[in-house]
Amino acid sequence: MTEKTITYKNSKQDTKTIEVNYIARVEGRGALNISVTKDGKVQDLRFRIYEPPRFFEAFLVGRRYTEMMELTSRICGICPVAHQITALRAVENAIGLEPSEQTTDLRKLLALSAHIQSHVLSMYFLSLPDLLGYESFIAMAKDHLDVVKRALRLKKLGNDITDIVGGRAVHPVTAVVGRFTAIPSKNKFQAIRKELVNAKKDALDTVELFSNVEIPQFVRKCEHIAISDPKSYAINNGRFRSNEGLIIHESEYRDYISEKQAPYSTALHSHVKTRDSFMVGPLPRVNLNFEQLSADAKEAAKQSGVKFPNFNPFVSHLARAIEVLHSIDESIDIIDRLPLKEEGNHEIVCRAGFGAAITEAPRGSLYHSYQLDNNGIVRKADLVPPTAHNANNIEKDMHDLIGIISDATIEEIKFKCEMLVRAYDPCISCSTH
Amino acid sequence: MNKKPTVGIFKFTGCAGCQLELLHLEDVFLDLLKIIDITYWVMVKRENIEGPWDISFIEGGISTPQEIEEIKQIRKKSKIMVAFGDCAIAGCIPSIRNWIPQMESENKVYTDTSVIHSTKVMGIGEYVKVDAVLKGCPPHRDTFLEFIKASLLQIRPRLRQHPVCVECKYRDNECLITSKKIPCMGPVTSAGCGALCPSLGRECEGCFGPMSNPNAAALADIFKEIGLHQEDIERKFRKYAGMTIEFRKEAGQ
Repeated sequence: MTEKTITYKNSKQDTKTIEVNYIARVEGRGALNISVTKDGKVQDLRFRIYEPPRFFEAFLVGRRYTEMMELTSRICGICPVAHQITALRAVENAIGLEPSEQTTDLRKLLALSAHIQSHVLSMYFLSLPDLLGYESFIAMAKDHLDVVKRALRLKKLGNDITDIVGGRAVHPVTAVVGRFTAIPSKNKFQAIRKELVNAKKDALDTVELFSNVEIPQFVRKCEHIAISDPKSYAINNGRFRSNEGLIIHESEYRDYISEKQAPYSTALHSHVKTRDSFMVGPLPRVNLNFEQLSADAKEAAKQSGVKFPNFNPFVSHLARAIEVLHSIDESIDIIDRLPLKEEGNHEIVCRAGFGAAITEAPRGSLYHSYQLDNNGIVRKADLVPPTAHNANNIEKDMHDLIGIISDATIEEIKFKCEMLVRAYDPCISCSTH
Repeated sequence: MNKKPTVGIFKFTGCAGCQLELLHLEDVFLDLLKIIDITYWVMVKRENIEGPWDISFIEGGISTPQEIEEIKQIRKKSKIMVAFGDCAIAGCIPSIRNWIPQMESENKVYTDTSVIHSTKVMGIGEYVKVDAVLKGCPPHRDTFLEFIKASLLQIRPRLRQHPVCVECKYRDNECLITSKKIPCMGPVTSAGCGALCPSLGRECEGCFGPMSNPNAAALADIFKEIGLHQEDIERKFRKYAGMTIEFRKEAGQ
């Protein structure tokens, strides 16, 4: 709980030391330790994640496959839906179960609602105070009440949908292996639909706000990865694809992506084997899957004046705004085509096997895999959340960012580095899990 | 009360879901800020004041020596300390690992375990005095409001000592155990969710932790009669509250 401190060491080389002991306005506990020499060279740079590990991969072993959705949900309070759907799909892949079209659609609706909620939280509550010059959205509310009220309305929209489809907003309960335990009534869906239609203006205003707000001009081309599907904007299902030629099935993930431990971080660092760190999240998704966005989202993106594909990590905020608009459009489409039938409880036959799944959590690609035995007991679990994918890439961006602002004061460098971390919207509890 | 009470919100070993429940109070959030002064909340604020606090809300269990030190420091600066959610109460889901030797867990995740300083996951009550608990994984946002209101009015908050079963009766739900032989944790689980899961076609998993004086042994016997194996019974109790005195025996300790 130590506050941020700044120290300035007057050593021989006049090294600037930048320390943030507890990065504010991100989920979980991370710190920054950076030192820059007088001639602007980064000597040391650590995005130090010190969140206590919870060892999910250890204690999931020995539990039932039906519990994976419920247990892994508790990895993250901001993106429980993403963990639930990934766990369900990985388990279903292991036992060879194909859920119905309605279940697949309801899961997409659930995931989109979680994206709306999480993106609005990140854009308006965690990052906008930086861009408008406030310490928090609470302080911002005094001068920008209309903006804060819009943010609360949009966030509530996301939560309301998760609540209705999933049973509750944090750690929903109705999505289980192969089905939903309860389907909301037609009236409830029509009420959501009305809310979604009404929210479009707020979403368009959000795109406009994040198109106009000033962000640091910084570009670093790196590998961007997201799942991709030619038929729709991929969230729950697709091939794992990058701008540098990677295109694989989710079951092949471990042949291409590997992790290593950094001694100062409880989150492991990911990289593409034989290559480098990479970025996942809203910006890679918009870059790679622009064509699959809804017509209005595409139009709003074009109107923004920002060109995609884009490699400025601070454009992630705008990418979130575009995705919120898209999520509203696609949610309306799903509601309009849902048959809403009770599907009953089919007998599930369990069998030994391996299953993997990749979905797009709000913060980027999320990987789960499970090895099950004949009785449906988990024998091995392997989980890689988006922030573990991004952790090393954040450091590399920060290294180059400091390179172009090294003349600035320590306070400014510190602030810009924090802003960069927040642009990635890390979920540190997830990354450590 | 003339002055707004100062409030601190802290995260330890957990998922941030309890804090998220607070942010999900969208309809009343701005009103809430008129009656309390949140001076420490790192997930939301960049400028935080290191106490003292009239009320501190603690999310998450305690799982490292550093956290033990921190919770003690926060306790010293807090008039009322609230265990906010199941992790702070008794470790919740992460406490499942307490049944596994620590080195075994560490070796599964890290190649260099010398830099990992984890211990068993415990509720904060293991190390400091706790004045109130808000149950649930997560606690319902309205429970938080109820607690704040009760504190401001200096009245006793509404305590729920009864099980989920009572809430099922309110909602006219058919009993899953007696009618369908489904192993439901409702009879030993604290009310507060409004019988969420049984109302949505599935059994209670116990995410609000034990009610007051539950008869866990009797429910374990019923599960056995239904046909659950001993290991599955242990899994049911060794989930949200395996470390509590109420469930410890059935959780297999």
